[in-house]
Amino acid sequence: MFEGLWGYGHPLSGQMRRLEEELDALLATGPSLTGTRNIRSLPGGAFPAVNVAATPEAIMVYLFAPGLAPKGFDISIQQQLLSIAGTREIPVDESATYYRRERFSGEFRRAITLPEDADPERVEAKYSNGMLLVTIGRRESAKPRQIEVR
Amino acid sequence: MVSQQEVTQSAKGGGTPLAASRNEAAIRPPVDVFETSDGITLVADMPGVSKEHLHLQAEGNTLTIEGQAQFDMPEKMEALHADVRSTLYRCSFVLSSELDTSHIEAILKDGVLAVRIPKRQELRARRIQVQSG
Repeated sequence: MFEGLWGYGHPLSGQMRRLEEELDALLATGPSLTGTRNIRSLPGGAFPAVNVAATPEAIMVYLFAPGLAPKGFDISIQQQLLSIAGTREIPVDESATYYRRERFSGEFRRAITLPEDADPERVEAKYSNGMLLVTIGRRESAKPRQIEVR
Repeated sequence: MVSQQEVTQSAKGGGTPLAASRNEAAIRPPVDVFETSDGITLVADMPGVSKEHLHLQAEGNTLTIEGQAQFDMPEKMEALHADVRSTLYRCSFVLSSELDTSHIEAILKDGVLAVRIPKRQELRARRIQVQSG
């Protein structure tokens, strides 16, 4: 309803926006309703968003990090902890009037605890269309092995 | 592998409609919107979207942006954690009449979409010189 480009000037739109943010925050913290969360987890809406998936061969970490250069990421693995840091500076046009500034600007760091069988020697990272995909190999022993019955 | 796509396209008839994905819950991408004397610029974060899966439409006074994120997902994949639970982005904005929807330009680069909507030439604000005397 207040999505209009001009909506920001309306006295009610500020309140609507706050309500929207509060709702977003409430939804984003959903998992914490159980009272338990990862010690390194960040409040909802942290940049960049992360999805983690696994196959029997690899662990795949997807970072939703648009507008960066491939060299803009500092990726490191220590023990089972994958850290990805960087900076996304969004220039501000001083002569312009801003109605919305929702995009993240500044330094970021995300830490992801990997499963125990992650192999820090086999890591690959690829950046495309604003998505960083870090693929970490899994150690042989963790793969399910077929045991033949004689 | 680096993605360096830059697209410039008219808002009308650009991209492919995402009719198939209309039932999927869409993410409202974070946007910056700012105005200068000659137009309005909208910048949206849409990671994972390539120009083939971006759809921009200016219909009447409404600008609608839709994008479908695509990324390598092997079979037999098991999700361990997901901040993002949808691959569809959608947002729409009501434009005012002094904006020229026939000259919208869009650039998509590294998952960031920048849309520039110029003001109609005849309706741009003019600085009025005050003369002393």
